[in-house]
Amino acid sequence: MSAFNAIGENREVEREEFTPGIEPQATWCPGCGDFAVLKSLKGAMSDLGKSPDEILLATGIGCSGKLSSYFESYGFHTIHGRSLPIARAAKLANPDLEVVAAGGDGDGYGIGGNHFMHTARENHDMTYIVFNNEIFGLTKGQTSPTSPKGHKSKTQPHGSAKDPIRPLSLALTSGASYVARTAAVNPNQAQEILTEAIEHDGFAHVDFLTQCPTWNKDAKQYVPYVDVQQNDDYDFDISDRKEAAEMMYETESALYEGKVLTGRFYHDENRHSYGSEKRSVGEMPEEPLAERYHDADYEWERSYDLLDAHK
Amino acid sequence: MTQELVWRIAGGSGDGIDSTSQNFAKALMRSGLDVFTHRHYPSRIRGGHTYVEIRAGPEPVRSRGDGYNFLLALGDSFARNPQEDAYYGNEEVKPLAENLDELREGGVIVYDEGLVDIDDVPDFEQRVEENGWHVYPMDLRAIAREHGREVMRNTAGVGATAALLEYDMEHIQGLMEDRMSGDVLEANLDILQMVYDEVEEMEFSHDLRMPTGSHDEEQVLLSGSNAIAYGAIDEGCRFIAGYPMTPWTEVFTLMTQHLPEIGGISEQVEDEIAAAALALGASHAGVKAMSGSSGGGFALMSEPLGLAEMTETPVVLVEAMRAGPSTGMPTKPEQADLEHVLYTSQGDSCRVVFAPGNVAEAYDQTRAAFRIAYDYQLPAIVLYDQKLSGELRNVDESFFDREPNPDLGATLTEEEIAEAAHHASGKFQRFQHDPDNDKGVSPRSIPGQKDGRFLATGNEHTPEGHISEDPNNRVAQLSRRRRKLESIREELDAEESSHQTYHGPDDADYGIVTFGSQQGTVLEALDRLTDAGHDVRAMGVSDMMPFPDAEMTEFLESVEQAMVVEMNGSAQFRGLIQKELGRFGPKLNSLLKYNGDPFEPHEVVEGFEAIIEGDEPAPTTEFVPAAGD
Repeated sequence: MSAFNAIGENREVEREEFTPGIEPQATWCPGCGDFAVLKSLKGAMSDLGKSPDEILLATGIGCSGKLSSYFESYGFHTIHGRSLPIARAAKLANPDLEVVAAGGDGDGYGIGGNHFMHTARENHDMTYIVFNNEIFGLTKGQTSPTSPKGHKSKTQPHGSAKDPIRPLSLALTSGASYVARTAAVNPNQAQEILTEAIEHDGFAHVDFLTQCPTWNKDAKQYVPYVDVQQNDDYDFDISDRKEAAEMMYETESALYEGKVLTGRFYHDENRHSYGSEKRSVGEMPEEPLAERYHDADYEWERSYDLLDAHK
Repeated sequence: MTQELVWRIAGGSGDGIDSTSQNFAKALMRSGLDVFTHRHYPSRIRGGHTYVEIRAGPEPVRSRGDGYNFLLALGDSFARNPQEDAYYGNEEVKPLAENLDELREGGVIVYDEGLVDIDDVPDFEQRVEENGWHVYPMDLRAIAREHGREVMRNTAGVGATAALLEYDMEHIQGLMEDRMSGDVLEANLDILQMVYDEVEEMEFSHDLRMPTGSHDEEQVLLSGSNAIAYGAIDEGCRFIAGYPMTPWTEVFTLMTQHLPEIGGISEQVEDEIAAAALALGASHAGVKAMSGSSGGGFALMSEPLGLAEMTETPVVLVEAMRAGPSTGMPTKPEQADLEHVLYTSQGDSCRVVFAPGNVAEAYDQTRAAFRIAYDYQLPAIVLYDQKLSGELRNVDESFFDREPNPDLGATLTEEEIAEAAHHASGKFQRFQHDPDNDKGVSPRSIPGQKDGRFLATGNEHTPEGHISEDPNNRVAQLSRRRRKLESIREELDAEESSHQTYHGPDDADYGIVTFGSQQGTVLEALDRLTDAGHDVRAMGVSDMMPFPDAEMTEFLESVEQAMVVEMNGSAQFRGLIQKELGRFGPKLNSLLKYNGDPFEPHEVVEGFEAIIEGDEPAPTTEFVPAAGD
């Protein structure tokens, strides 16, 4: 018998179950792209029949980090850049949980870049949503890792001399097995992509373009957008690493030329998730570790039985 | 004093000094002696002077000795530069040359004449004569080569030691048979026997013989790192995350070795921020978890440590101190991370810190750290150092015959959650201001439990976890979290056995106070001071936070003056006592050491005599033993 009866209920779940009973006043500005992430995540979880109590949503710091305040589930609003190591450990401790991590572009590609690289490398079965608005919003408009070259702000008064980071390529190189980009202005695609990402058995990275109407006023509305799967100009195989890499490079460059390309860029259905790899080398129990602490019949091992080597 | 052996085996890093000494220590233990080891090694994989000391006698051994009385100098087979003016000096002879200062008068030297040329050791003949040393040169390398392989010269050295001390060789043979097999065993046994027979024929000029003793029950030989790992296992810890760093790596690798066998998980991750964050994530999801590091890596854990305090996520961290600042001296012990561990991370610190004083305490206090972390939902830190990490000591096997405790502490079942208070938003009130008990603990739910959802956040938050800067809520939450420390102190004070250790007469005029791994050395020094007629008492402190105010007050009130012994340069522990109990400041003096080598008992004796018998010591007298001691 499980100690976690919210897990695996597989019932009809209304999207409204993901709205808190008393809805907090969001701290996001009117017109903020973050609302679209919240909306599409609710839709995706409802489509998948997940109940709020079987989801752990770990978020970083920034406007994006508030997602866990407005989405009704178990939430862990962590620290700047550290949502991934917390989220992936929770997944190892209880693989039956539905684990989603989320944060901004500064959070995920800047301060948390090392964790991004390594969590993708390990291919944990979880979803990582990066709210990419090309700016530090909550701290009032500083240049971020995805701000375009030449971006002027109080911290880069002469225009940034740095090329922006390439998030999709970085995810692919690091080992993510599902990589997509969507945009707040495209809610149907966003919900579909999040649904696929959550269903995917491995590390799914979704770069979510979220316009910042307050600090990135240069009309970064991410319109018009192109869905690369729906447009005949783009023909590539998302299961082919080389083709995916080329398409990602083009997509990342195009963004700074005003062309918004979105869609699925890479999907490897054959790579085993970290949990399954770890189990296959005998380094992870078959049953969720978190259940063992509620099993009254389990005979806990003692150090007393390990002492032969010390005699 | 009872006759004791303090055997030092010296060689180059990579020469197998560590494993040879462990085996010999175990043989001594099996033959009925109490043993204690002290390890000294450089931060290099190959070459560089390293030694291990084994102190053995019929009575319990608490500390390294003053100097030693038997040197097995193997020479450094990995020496790189034989020139004397090289940066590191002539390394080949260091195992002999570097160890002579601490060899007691009348001591015995066996050296490998195959590697060490005594002409390269300054004033050797003269020093031998002055100190009455008994020298037995042997070509150990040649013997090893002839009967096996060159690396077996360690075995030859052990054989020579046993023969010179008239120690029954069957103990060593038995151990080899447990450890080796086939041709390797055969060759080693041959070498052992050959050297033994050869030495037996020689004329001995020394009086030193192996002491004899017996144990009433089965003994086990463990290091502080072993004890910490076993304490964690017995508390049901089944998750560890870490990044390698000396000397913490020992606990990490021991746990990693055992966890898969007992259905646990070990994760080697990208950095120490991730390591501590993973431990939090696993604990949040309902598994007993730990992480740890040494000073530099622990610095990276400051962020997750603060998050654990704010979100009231239970976690155990261990910190193995080594000499700092920065990379410092990676393989040398120091106790200079005390303030770092007590206060690192922003905001008011709300954590438990225990500094065990020996192997048994390392086990007990690791268990206590887990119990308290999970009962009170906060981070608990086991603070130790390179000394305790690697020192081996024999303990009664029955000491470990205890019940495991996998209890998750203050958590609720789904039935209890259904009955518990929920906010109108639907969230479970996980951070209640006024829970039924007055301990300050609000029981938690675990992700996956029905109707238990809440928000854990590093921001200040309301009972259901929502971010809030309301001043009343802030005061209520912070006060409650602080109250947990008071409750823990009350609980610790009410326990039958204190984490603090006392030694010497209750009504002594003077006191010596120390913390952590220096305890054994201070206790031995105390016996000598008492024998010399001093009226003195010692206290070894383990509870760093919450501080044992009552016990310390009682101790300091009872003495006229106290000397605080610690391995750092800024008297951090004395500072802590003064912070907690400022009125005793004028009674406190410091004995400090920070040359990379732990205290020897005689240094504590001399420090006490200098301070207490000195000409009216100023309250803040600091005494630092001369460099090189």
